[in-house]
Amino acid sequence: MTRRVAVTGIGVVAPGGTGTTAFWNLLADGRTATRGITLFDPAGLRSRIAAECDFDPFAHGLDPEPLQHADRYIQFAMVAAAEAVGDSGLDTVTQDPWRVAVSLGSAVGGTTRLEHDYVKVSAGGQRWDVDHRGADPQLHRAFSPSTLASVVAEQFGAQGPVQTVSTGCTSGIDAVGYAFHTIEEGRADICIAGAADSPISPITMACFDAIKATSDNNDDPEHASKPFDARRNGFVMGEGAAVLVLEEYEHARARGAHIYCEIGGYATYGNAYHMTGLTSEGLEMARAIDSTLDQARLDPTLIDYVNAHGSGTKQNDRHETAAVKRSLGAHAYDTPMSSIKSMVGHSLGAIGAIEVVACVLALKHQVVPPTANYETPDPECDLDYVPRTARERRLRNVLSVGSGFGGFQSAVLLTGAGGRTR
Amino acid sequence: MTKRQTKPNRRTPRAAITGIGVIAPNGLRTDAYWKAVGEGLVVLDGITRDGCGHLPLRVAGEVRGFDAASLIEERFLVQTDPFSHFAMAAAQLALDDAGIARGEPPEPFDIGVITAAGSGGGEFGQRELQKLWGQGSRYVGPYQSIAWFYAASTGQISIRGGFKGPCGVVASDEAGGLDAVAHAARAVRRGTGAVVVGGAEAPLAPYSMVCQLGYAELSTAEDPARAYRPFTKGACGFVPAEGGAMLVVEDENRARERGAAVRATVAGHAATFTGASRWDRSREGLAHAIRGALDEAGCAPEEIDVVFADALGVPEADRAEALAITDALGEYGAKVPVTAPKTGIGRAYCGAPVLDIAAAVLAMEHRLIPPTPNVFDICHDLDLVMSRARPAEPRTALVLSRGLMGSNAALVVRRADDSAR
Repeated sequence: MTRRVAVTGIGVVAPGGTGTTAFWNLLADGRTATRGITLFDPAGLRSRIAAECDFDPFAHGLDPEPLQHADRYIQFAMVAAAEAVGDSGLDTVTQDPWRVAVSLGSAVGGTTRLEHDYVKVSAGGQRWDVDHRGADPQLHRAFSPSTLASVVAEQFGAQGPVQTVSTGCTSGIDAVGYAFHTIEEGRADICIAGAADSPISPITMACFDAIKATSDNNDDPEHASKPFDARRNGFVMGEGAAVLVLEEYEHARARGAHIYCEIGGYATYGNAYHMTGLTSEGLEMARAIDSTLDQARLDPTLIDYVNAHGSGTKQNDRHETAAVKRSLGAHAYDTPMSSIKSMVGHSLGAIGAIEVVACVLALKHQVVPPTANYETPDPECDLDYVPRTARERRLRNVLSVGSGFGGFQSAVLLTGAGGRTR
Repeated sequence: MTKRQTKPNRRTPRAAITGIGVIAPNGLRTDAYWKAVGEGLVVLDGITRDGCGHLPLRVAGEVRGFDAASLIEERFLVQTDPFSHFAMAAAQLALDDAGIARGEPPEPFDIGVITAAGSGGGEFGQRELQKLWGQGSRYVGPYQSIAWFYAASTGQISIRGGFKGPCGVVASDEAGGLDAVAHAARAVRRGTGAVVVGGAEAPLAPYSMVCQLGYAELSTAEDPARAYRPFTKGACGFVPAEGGAMLVVEDENRARERGAAVRATVAGHAATFTGASRWDRSREGLAHAIRGALDEAGCAPEEIDVVFADALGVPEADRAEALAITDALGEYGAKVPVTAPKTGIGRAYCGAPVLDIAAAVLAMEHRLIPPTPNVFDICHDLDLVMSRARPAEPRTALVLSRGLMGSNAALVVRRADDSAR
């Protein structure tokens, strides 16, 4: 008998607002949270804009002790996880701790902190033989990517499988996918799943400058992120975290939990083509979408909304449009497909989980969030991208897709009330 | 807990190991690694890397004599860190061993790639940080975005091989090496034909080493012979190492149909978490993981013929591990042969437990339990195989790993001809 996996709690820290209410209001209003970088002085960089979180980690009633020692991206995760677990109504103390798992993603983990301390120990990039005497003894916590899942596991006393997933820009979807598998395969009944990144730092901005992946619309940051628009010229860096409580369906039912939706399927494939390049065909992403539909035994025509990766680079949006057409056929033209990166930027590993939470909220409100800043159609991107204004719509089955460096292509299917499940 | 585990049914394909590739401090090929492991060769030595001589971390297991340029094409070489070089070279050895050609596989979606990574591309990253802060942002090269991040090795192995199947990256502590292999086995059970899986690390760049200095468990001893001696009164921490191993984990039926040798099967796995540096609590966590792995494998404690220990080298952690083995295996825990070949080479973070899986398969094939070098007088109730290899007929091996951030994992591998029962 296959175990079903329900979403019973959500939490988010995103640019433009902490918490699911502020986050959803931003999306539903079609407002953007992109702006000139304030976290450091971006002078000299090609792209000097980002979607930053105005975030006070201590404003949420969490134990200040672990927060103090945590990197920014981990603070995001802790706050989002607290919201998600609170939302689920789970009393984690009474759960069998061996049956509670954690699966969190991050693309770049502690690199912002690593860079900060590197500058000190290298005398500002002057020496290869860095001086350990000035180093923070806690630096290993930034060095080890597993600190993320470890800290959140300790936050809730989880003792089941605890893993950090780092598949670049699909980390968030993949962490949710791994959590789905963990529960489906019977290795846990509850999984705290999601992703976090705080990549707005000189080294990360500079490395995307070097390949011109980011937008240089520095004069108009509020309208800089233009997914699917013919004038798009790259993504706008973001930061944040999102966490979901995934729970075995009968476990959730037995305790009378509110079930937002179910995870209907998940798949990931590699394009085996290029670390940063994409073909125009979208074959591998289409394969991931097809696989999730197969798992749910769902006809493509029953997809009501596609939450796009929609980074706003020339090649991504073309690639993704082709992939969705390949999977959904003629139904693709009748399916709204939007990119919330137009509003909250691209927070690398975190965004996949933030987008899954956006899908959960879309199902809850029966509203499709828009693609902000979309004005000029691109002949190569000819689907319905929900320009600028949110749209009410009957939503049952929702897809979220991701695409990232390494060639990874991932898709996850959410089925809400009235959606087809196995 | 056991009743809720999903047992693989008869139609579920079993996950076979059909290829092994090793790039380790004691051997740049699988045969060389096994020879060194079997002989108990110790290659721990003073660190020779440029820019590291002044650091208080003196001893490590360096991969020496590795000529990346002769093994990896220039176009991949320039865009990758040594951690990916090790992984790509080990993957090639594993694929050769399995008889799988890379390039344009007939069914590209049928082969996936999963790696575990705990330290990323530290040397490449430090070089680019130096350019950024020493010269300016325009000097940062185009490959920093794809060389430093943890997913680099999975992506490059996928591209180099033409493998489009499920791709994954477990960016975890040491135990992530076992988790990655378990992910691969599960992907096979879900229908993927084969997965290239494992872990390789390169944590010995100067800044990476500075970051590791905060680990209380790190050995800062100066004498290589005394730096890493788990289970003894002289235990003073662990010695880091570089390198690792990659495996081909494949649907057993697919392997047999194409005439490939099935070397072992991945029979069971479980993972738990008991908190970073809470070594006393790892006793319960590791015992729980062992029970879960045995349960998934359908394996009784007495069927375990050898245990490859985590062997951290921290007294409290060693004690917890010794007790966990007895907690989980009962009285038999004090009788089962236990070994830790990593004392000769150091701990290559996520690569370490994958090297142990390789050693476990080779031990079953060569009917020899390798020794635990540098360890002589232990202070725990274990049958630790010490100064020389012990002839035996191991059919089932238990591999243990714990991570510095709190993970515990156990994995059972069985000899191919014994897996059917």
